Order: sequence, then C-alpha cells, then structure tokens
Amino acid sequence: MQQYDVSMSLGAKQGQMKSWERIGLVMLSFGVLGMLAAFLGAGDNQLMPFLAGLVMLATGGILYTRNRGKFLIFSLLLFTGGLLSLSFLWFKLHINASVWLIWISGFTALGALIYTYQRFGKGISGIENNHIFHTEISRPGGTITWFLSITFTGFYVLLYWFPGYLHGLIYVTEPFFQWFIGKDTIYYTQDGSISGYNQWYLYGFIYTLAVLIMGIRFIFKYRHNRYQIVRTVSVMFFQLFIAFLLPGVLEKLNATGSQVETFYFSYFWPLDYDALFPSNLAHIATLGMFGKFLIYWMLIGAFVAVPVLTYFFGKRWYCSWVCGCGGLAETAGDPFRHLSSKSLKSWQIERITIYSVLVLIFLITVLLLSNWRWDFLNSDIALSLKKGYGFGISSIFAGVIGTGFYPILGNRVWCRFGCPQAAILGILQKYFSRFRITTNGAQCISCGNCSTYCEMGIDVKYYAQRGQNIVRASCVGCGVCSAVCPRGVLKLENSSVKNRTTLSLDHASLDLFD
Amino acid sequence: MHIVIIGNGVAGVTAARYIRKQSDYDITIISAETEYFFSRTALMYVFMGHMRFKDIKPYEDGFWAKNRINLMMAFVNKIDTDKQIVSLSSNRIIQYDKLILATGSVYNKFGWPGENLEGVQGLYSYQDLQLLEQNVKNTRQALIVGGGLIGIEMAEMLASRGVQVSFLVREQSYWNNVLPPEESKMVGRHIKAHHFDLRLGAELKEILSDDQGHVRAAISTAGEEFPCQLLGLTAGVKPNITLAESSGTIECERGILVNEFLETNIKDVYAIGDCIQHRIAPEGRKVFEQVWYTGKIMGKTLASTICGKPSPYHPGIWFNSAKFLDLEYQVYGFVPNILENPFQSLYWEHEDGMKSIRIVYDVSKENQVIGFNLMGIRYRHEICVRWIRENKKLDEVVQHLALANFDPEFFSRYEKEIQALA
Repeated sequence: MQQYDVSMSLGAKQGQMKSWERIGLVMLSFGVLGMLAAFLGAGDNQLMPFLAGLVMLATGGILYTRNRGKFLIFSLLLFTGGLLSLSFLWFKLHINASVWLIWISGFTALGALIYTYQRFGKGISGIENNHIFHTEISRPGGTITWFLSITFTGFYVLLYWFPGYLHGLIYVTEPFFQWFIGKDTIYYTQDGSISGYNQWYLYGFIYTLAVLIMGIRFIFKYRHNRYQIVRTVSVMFFQLFIAFLLPGVLEKLNATGSQVETFYFSYFWPLDYDALFPSNLAHIATLGMFGKFLIYWMLIGAFVAVPVLTYFFGKRWYCSWVCGCGGLAETAGDPFRHLSSKSLKSWQIERITIYSVLVLIFLITVLLLSNWRWDFLNSDIALSLKKGYGFGISSIFAGVIGTGFYPILGNRVWCRFGCPQAAILGILQKYFSRFRITTNGAQCISCGNCSTYCEMGIDVKYYAQRGQNIVRASCVGCGVCSAVCPRGVLKLENSSVKNRTTLSLDHASLDLFD
Repeated sequence: MHIVIIGNGVAGVTAARYIRKQSDYDITIISAETEYFFSRTALMYVFMGHMRFKDIKPYEDGFWAKNRINLMMAFVNKIDTDKQIVSLSSNRIIQYDKLILATGSVYNKFGWPGENLEGVQGLYSYQDLQLLEQNVKNTRQALIVGGGLIGIEMAEMLASRGVQVSFLVREQSYWNNVLPPEESKMVGRHIKAHHFDLRLGAELKEILSDDQGHVRAAISTAGEEFPCQLLGLTAGVKPNITLAESSGTIECERGILVNEFLETNIKDVYAIGDCIQHRIAPEGRKVFEQVWYTGKIMGKTLASTICGKPSPYHPGIWFNSAKFLDLEYQVYGFVPNILENPFQSLYWEHEDGMKSIRIVYDVSKENQVIGFNLMGIRYRHEICVRWIRENKKLDEVVQHLALANFDPEFFSRYEKEIQALA
C-alpha cells in the first residue's frame, strides 16, 4: 500500500487535495508549460528546440509508461511540453512575445498564489511540516528533489556559458526590457545573424518573480509569526525595488543619455567581488557626481554599515533581511531548508571553505589595488586573477552550486560554504555583536526540530539542551528555529553583550545541565 | 568500579554523562528498545514526517565511544541484588558495583474488555511507533481514549495520515485535572477547531472485535458505538517496575521507592526517572513527576552522589511546557487547577481566545506571586522563577511584566492590557 505520495506533501493535512488546490496546481502547470515551450520553441532558433522537443516527448512518454503512478503529473508535463514546442516549430507559430510573457508569468504567479493560499494560508495557522521527510518531492535524495537539482543546475550552466540555448526565454522577455530599460537583449550583426545576448535581465526577471511568489508562500506558511512576515516583506522589497526596478531605471536613464549607470545598491564588497577592483573604480570615477556618490555608498556600506548594524542586530540585518542571495534562499529555497547537513564534519568543512574564499578575494583585491599604484604585475596575470575568481567562485560556486544544489545541500549552500560577505558578518557577529539566540532555561526536550529546520546546518539543539545561548558565526537569524520549537525555548535577541555566551540561568537552583 | 544503567532514556543517559564527567568508572547502559538514545517526546514528529528518526537523537552516534560509555542493546531478564548481577535474555550475566534503574514507564490499561485486540495500542516506545505505522495502514477511523498530552499528540499524528479521529475524555473539560477552567476550555475549543470529534465526560466501556481478532469498534459507557480500526490507549502512564519487582528484594509500591538521594532500599541500587516513586515528595513537588527534565535532574543529581558528593534531589520550582496541536502552553511555579482560598489569580485572555496569561498569587501573603500559566504566549523561565523565589508581590510583577515576555520580536504585546486589569 502506498503510504506517502507526492500529493501528501503537496496536498492538505488530510492527505487529500481540495479542488482549489488542484486548480492552483493546474494553472501553475500552464505557466511552467508556457515557460518550457518558450524555452524550446520561441524565437527564430530552430534546430535546438526541435531536438529538445523530441527528447522531452520521449522522456515524458517513457516515464509515463514505465512508472505511471509515481510520476504521472510530471511525465504528462514533459510530454505536453515537448508536444507544444514541436507544434510551435511545425506551424512556424510566432506568438507575440508579450502575450507569451504574460501567459507564463500570469499563470505561474496566479496558480502559485491560489495553490499556496489554499495549502498554507487558510484555516488555523501553525507549523506545517507534515510529510516533509516522507515524500519524493522534499525528502533527502527524493526523486523529484534530484530532478529539481539537475534542472536548476542546468539552467545556471546555460545562463552563464550558453545563453544561446535560452534564446526562447530571452526572446520572450525582450519586448518588456526594450520598454523598461530601453535596450535590446538580443544582439544582431549587420547581416542579421545573432551576435550575442544579454541574458542577465531575463535572469533578474525570473529571480525577482521567484522571490515574490515564494515570498508570499512563505508569508502564508508563517502567517502566525510576525517576525517572519516582516523579514520576508523586507527581502521581497529589496529584491523588487533595489535589485530589480532601480537598476532597470538607471539603465534606462543611461540609455537616454544621462551620466548614470546601472548599479546594485544592496550588494557590497566582497560579495560584489569586483567593487574595489581598479578597473571598476576607474570606471566609476568617469561618472561624475553619480560616480562620487557610488564610491561613498560602496565604502560606507562595506566598512561602516556592515560593522555597525551587525553590532546592533547580528548578521541577520543583511543575510535574511536585505541580501538578494539570502532573499532567494529564504523564499524560493525555503522548501529545502531541512536538507542542510547538521554533522560536525560539515561544520568543519564549512569553516575551511568560507574563510578560504574570504582570504582569496581579500588577497586578490589588495594585490590588484597595489598593482594599480605600483604596477608590478603584468596585466595578463592581473586579468587572469580577476577572471579566475569570477569564473570559479562567482559563477560556479555562488551560481551553479549555490542555487543548483538547493535540493541536495539545503538552501544556503553559497551563504554557508562560500560567501565572503557572510564570512565577515559572521566574524563580527561572533565577536562584536549583541545578537544571540537565547535558550529559555530548561524547557528544551531535545526534540531536534530547531536543528532540522536550520538552513545553515547549525545543531541548535546541542546548545538548547544544555541551556546555553547560541552564538554562532554562521547564524543568519532567520528565526525558524524559534518558530518550530514546540516548547517556546528559543528567542532571537539583541540585548546587552553581558552574559551573552553563558548559560542562561543563574546556577543557584537551576544549574541543571551543561 | 562498574556502573550498570538499565534504560537509555533521558534519565539513564544523563546519569551516565555526568558520571563520566566526574569519574573514570566503567559505564554500561543496557537497553532493549533502541541502540542509541533518542528524544521520546519527539517520536510524534517522526511519524508526521517532520524529522527522520536519526534527527531526534540528541547526540551523534560517535558521542558514546568518544565518552567511553558502553551501549549494550539487550533485554535484562532479572536482577540479583545479593550477587550484584543482572542476567540478560541471552543468558549473559553482567556484574555490577552500582546499579541504576531507569526503566521508564508503561502506558495504562484498565482491564477493558478487548484491550488486547490487534489495533489497540498506546504510544510510549519506539516499538509502539513502529506498531502504529503498521496499524495506521488500514485505518480510516480511530478512537483515542484518555485526554492527556499523549492523547492529543496521537490524535494529531493520526490526522496527519488522513484518519478521522474521535476522542473520548473522561473529564468534563479537557485536562481539567491540571489546567484551570479557562485554559482547559481554550484547549477544548482548539481541538474542536481542528475537526476532532472531542467527547467530554465520556468513558470507554468495551472494545469490539472483528472476525480476525482486530478492533472494529468501541462502546462508551453511555452506550454509543464508535466504529474504528485503531484504538489509542492514552489514559496516562505508570512506572515500569516489572524488572525491579523481579529481583524480589527491591521495594516497590506503584513505582520503585527511593529516598531523597534516589537510593532504593538495597545498597548500591538506585532508581531515577519515570520508574520511581518518592518515599517523601520533594518540597513543593509530587510523588510522581514523569516529565523530561525531572529525569535529567535526577540523572545529574545521582551522578554526583555516585561520584562521592552525596546530593539530595532538589528539582526546584516546578515548570513544564507542552503544545496542544498549534497551541503552546507553559507553566512556571504553582498553578492549581481549582483556585481556592488563599490563592487567587489575575487572568487575561486575548479576544481571539487563543492566548492567555494567568498570574497566581497568595492573598494570605500580601499577594505574593506563586505561579504563571501561559497559553499561546512564551515567558522567560529565568525571570518567572526568580520572581517566585524572591517572593515578589503581584503589583511589582505586573508592573515589570514586559521583562518576562519571551515571544519572538514584532509579536503583539499585552502587558498594558494586563496592567489595566490589575
């Protein structure tokens, strides 16, 4: 007897989906299908979509016949996607790109909202973690978790190095960006063949849509917890306004001749790894007043705001309230938070890797800056250092692994193992901050919910069951440990640094455990 | 010196850890239940898929070897306190210098007709959880008998598998032998809001069998028949004293009798945790207190005694917590279910009926505060206990109430409303 199926974790508590949940999922599928079809068939690229359409048709068909029950929806989706894209090619259908974009984002957003509202937003609010470790869609090593990981990773590989394969999607979003930023995203040569792409606006579009949709899902899920709501609204705000709309507006001003340039105000060195590279500084210097402002902004952000705000609030002010990487992890990544490893081994690995990346970018930055002044390296070496970091760390680590491996290593892969900004914030948090997670006396029953749902892989209960406050460099202050605790044991606090790391109870009569 | 501990629950394991901290004695923990220590209160989360079994183990598996604590998975048949040996079901004999009994508890059966049918079970051990996995497979309707904490957990677990749950509770209001009436009613409302068929003032009369010896229905004393394929017995637990009694020498009543040093009547034999009964109740405490942290305190206290620093068991000021479905509950100090002279309370309830604060005080001692009862709101253990210990008066406590709040940031605060009541 099949005990757990996908519908159990997708569906209602009673193991059966309500009709509106189904409607939401169907609409969501329309959106995803549109995306698949656009990916495969939109625009004037012909051969690739034909081959991919065939592959999808075949995979969907094989999956359906071999394993009807388990992957029913999934195989049908693949099959229909393949069929759609082939028919687009066959009939040389050139659907208007804007219609296509509205179709994709409209159905995806509306379907997801209907579904997540039905699933999480109604009835009695509370912790909704039933069957997470039972079903293929969310258990560690589940079939669908693997599939999602391969899909995400594949998308990032195409995005970074083979944007031509994303022609369909770039084509679909181009009219929107022509209107919004006043620039093309597909470039043509004189004779009409494609010479290149700017895929980053497509990326920003998908990224922002994911943060918004999944952010609303998160708010539904934790609607009884105002800390979670405020924090999620914050990351959604920063992604939409500061990391998507504002850079777009600047780009448009740039296109219309103003002396400004697109800029991401919510990222600082060293996460914005080339911010202090000579080439970048020299370029900004050419931007007049605007350039001057940027220089101040970058310096104040990296060297004043980071230590001061971290002293008062912990690293969470950035990692789970402002940062775009953190924003994606907290929203789109939330369904994967339990997949982070809590072993002592992974903590040891994490400390090595994250501080190595920090040392690396620090050295490269210092080297390039001193070379600018004293000119002792030949320009090839300087360039290759820059490129090496950009490729190895920024693209592969932060992008491909950082997001592609959400379903394998949890939603904070990059933040935990790589991000040099998180490393700096973490050192500050550990040694120069008022932030801690207070353990409430001796109420802990060692149940393990806090550790399980810690996206950073901190073994929270190790501290909680000893009655000890949690002061860890990696904690991003998402507050989910406190939310899932069934006994009211954990609270994120910024109170005075006195007694911050000691056991929380005076030892007179309640010195119980250590 | 060889210390043998029977039972790898929280009491036995805590004793072992603290003996190791203070000595180099050989330590052996024997358990027939599981290889490694796990959090018993978290079994429900494994069943509901919030965690895997390995996630509810408080220590990584390498912890035990590293701390030189021998774990032995075996069933102890008999204890011989004269020869200082325990014999295992494998016929192996183990010699001890000091023996610690931490055998926990077993769920109550009250001799109902049909209580041994298939599909009738309680929930206490890892084996019970596995049995429940089997039993739930063909279950559409279940009946839970007994309205304690395990009852509501079991109801929640079964509901997560799409089972329709009815709930027979003997009391006229849920858990009203512990909770004051308002809080008790609040839990009752919450249970009904979750669509459980809660029957208050209802008792089980008999359990009916189908042709295969499996439960098919149950009848209440009021004569109502409840069709069910699974029947949960959650009418409390009692100390597990089977093994202690097998010795013929260790004195038991309802539990293994211990003095304030957790010593039994036999030299070098101790008992801790759920399985004990205090000969004299500790100050402000009860003879039976089967909760997680009392097991921990007993383990730690006994470790000191065994390691040469005789220490009496002083659990301090009572506290506890629980979660009824989505409703959190905390208690600090003395909160009687029925307030009688000289005790009174200041009670505030949120208009949504899902949050409340009760401060209990003693009128005969100038309104000295003696207890806090919280529903849907978290309070700070340290502050509440300090106020109680320092005999703070109601006025002062109410004035500084904000210090006690432990809810997450941005949560609504209700101190002003309570101050307005006082």
